[in-house]
Amino acid sequence: MASPPKYGLPGHLVDFVGALRTHQVPVGPGETVDAAAVLTALNLLRREELREGLAAALLRRSGQRAVFDTLFDLYFPIALGRGQSEVEVPWTPDGEVDLDALRDILADLLRDGDDAALRELARAIVDALGQAGGGQGGNGPGQQGQGPKNWSAYQVLRQLSPETLLARILSDLMADNSDAFAEEVARREIRQRIAEFRKMITEEVRRRTAETRGRDQVAKTAVPKQAEQVEFLSAYADQLAMLRKTVHPLARRLASRLAVRRKHAKRGQMDLRRTLRRSMSTGGVPMRPAYRTRRPGRPELVVFCDVSGSVAGFSHFTLLLVQALREQFSKVRVFAFVERADEVTHLFAPGNDLASVMTRVLREAELVTFDGHSDYGGSLASLVEHWPDAVGPRSSLLILGDARTNYRDPNLAVLRRLIGQARHSHWLNPEPRKQWGSGDSAALRYADLLPMHECRTVAQLAEVVESLLPV
Amino acid sequence: MSAIQPAIPQSPLFGSVDDVTERLASVGYLASIAAATTVYLADRLGKPLLVEGPAGVGKTELAKAVAACTDSGLVRLQCYEGIDEARALYEWNHAKQLLRITSGQGRESWDDTRDDVFSEEFLLPRPLLTAIRRSEPTVLLVDEMDKADVEVEGLLLEVLSDFQVTVPEMGTITAKRRPFVLLTSNSTRELSEALKRRCLFLHLDFPDAELERRIVLTRVPELPEKLADSLVRTVRVLRGLELRKAPSVAETIDWARTLLALGLDTLDDEAARATLGVVLKHHSDTQKAAAELRLN
Repeated sequence: MASPPKYGLPGHLVDFVGALRTHQVPVGPGETVDAAAVLTALNLLRREELREGLAAALLRRSGQRAVFDTLFDLYFPIALGRGQSEVEVPWTPDGEVDLDALRDILADLLRDGDDAALRELARAIVDALGQAGGGQGGNGPGQQGQGPKNWSAYQVLRQLSPETLLARILSDLMADNSDAFAEEVARREIRQRIAEFRKMITEEVRRRTAETRGRDQVAKTAVPKQAEQVEFLSAYADQLAMLRKTVHPLARRLASRLAVRRKHAKRGQMDLRRTLRRSMSTGGVPMRPAYRTRRPGRPELVVFCDVSGSVAGFSHFTLLLVQALREQFSKVRVFAFVERADEVTHLFAPGNDLASVMTRVLREAELVTFDGHSDYGGSLASLVEHWPDAVGPRSSLLILGDARTNYRDPNLAVLRRLIGQARHSHWLNPEPRKQWGSGDSAALRYADLLPMHECRTVAQLAEVVESLLPV
Repeated sequence: MSAIQPAIPQSPLFGSVDDVTERLASVGYLASIAAATTVYLADRLGKPLLVEGPAGVGKTELAKAVAACTDSGLVRLQCYEGIDEARALYEWNHAKQLLRITSGQGRESWDDTRDDVFSEEFLLPRPLLTAIRRSEPTVLLVDEMDKADVEVEGLLLEVLSDFQVTVPEMGTITAKRRPFVLLTSNSTRELSEALKRRCLFLHLDFPDAELERRIVLTRVPELPEKLADSLVRTVRVLRGLELRKAPSVAETIDWARTLLALGLDTLDDEAARATLGVVLKHHSDTQKAAAELRLN
């Protein structure tokens, strides 16, 4: 258990703010002072109000909320130790947890969607089942072991396996109804609740671990990353789904920034010819100067992207972003490749469902000839062979991929020719710069031919794309 | 006319967070804990409240409800691209000034005329100045702040931090009574740090199931409770799909009204298929939802 903070509540608040800063939430001293004012204005016994109040004073962006919530739970825990809960875990007479009875209780609560009771149950369950090492707690309610304990969410969830309750709850709910639509809605709802219950267990384990191990230790590993800082290559499926939700806001932001840039760039050179012609109507005195207006350039974009498993998340996100920005381009052509290239532009037509477009790319396009490992050289060659007119003098070429050729020929000659044909060419690489050229990566050899940009996170990608967009 | 005396300390509008919740509910706005707490704090700490969130979750409604439940006047500044000082703060009434100058010609000295044309009578107050000068309780709503240009934010800084406006010809006008300020944003662009720093921040998200059910029942009282329940559950499932535009509370209410108007009392296959277009605004979304929820 952490010792009481040295400077009381203000000291604790400052510690909390410090933890936020280490997790890339910028909080200034001014905001800390506001937060202190919040502490005086609120009833501290109401935890949810305190949470919202502190969030209002400390956060400036909605993406920071997940980090804040996790840290808040660590610094202002809901209880110490077991806490007091009204829900009890059923025990068998010989001091073991009665798993079947427990699963019955859980199924009932999941069916009714009673969040408060589920939370209490999670707390009781973790206390009873969550201690790692000893299998089932087995020491009866209320008994406390000696020394630091390990808590494990995996162990709890393995014994409970809440997913297996789905069918049972569903048949309970759908007893007098055979509507396919209603059943599907109910199924998804229950699945969502089970996912939430898993999260409750994880949070509870985190709280108990923080008590034994110290919260700094837990904060270091357990706090989720903000969407902008998640690395494409190591993102989980649900993180990628979260990223995809940020595509449209990001595209809108980029477009409006671009509009501002264009507005400022408009104050251009004076057009002498037109100014003199205008001055004719004012007796030769140039009263109204005329400026050269610049037409916004709308280049054709050719995207050539690696969709093999290792970089698919990154490629997908970038393609969605390009698609969301398509008004900035006169024409967009998309070529996907693994071992050979194929055109997939038609899958990105407006109106198509883009969230699952990657699976369609892999299913419908001919990308694999031999073993399904990416082959940059061969793909470049097939692009030039089958679509010789794809890259022309008006097009910008954008290549997405990690340049890992699996020790095959990188085919620099073809790429050099493509670059010569294109107006601009850029390579976006989701790998960290220091890994370029290591192992089978041909990144450095490609980087000699064209500018290669490191795009590990959404933030980096946004920066690169913004600088590439034409003014 | 020089500076008006500084703001007198004023009694807060609300007594506690519960008080906020109750009074907002009395005018038909059911607030989440987050919304109630931040409204209470904004009032207590005298800071503006910046509300962000998806379209249709009740950002503007919140301001209207605060105004209604505290008997304050609502002054609204609707932002749009190209809004400027003359539209937001104040403007001199040029035509009237010219009239005044021509009518006084030959009879008055220039000094008198000048002092007179730049006085109260020729000032056209715009929303920000209006809100500052009102002596009755006021709620100032700056709507869709993100639509305005960056320069306008600079203009707001003085108003939001000191509740005063400087008119060069007249001096600084300080608020007689601090207005309750609420800014809304759809986050189409990032607002400047300087502006955000001066505000409390509230991210208004989709409400939880229980709250949404109550909101729908308040707005559409004729709706049977059972239907409201399945409606809200379906909308929540729809939000879980990856859609281009997730349905918001406004759409749930629309859907409820539609079902009522069509005389449907359960949300089954057929009803859902026929009315899905009310909640989903893109064709691709409708297709996807139909496929995933087995409506085909």
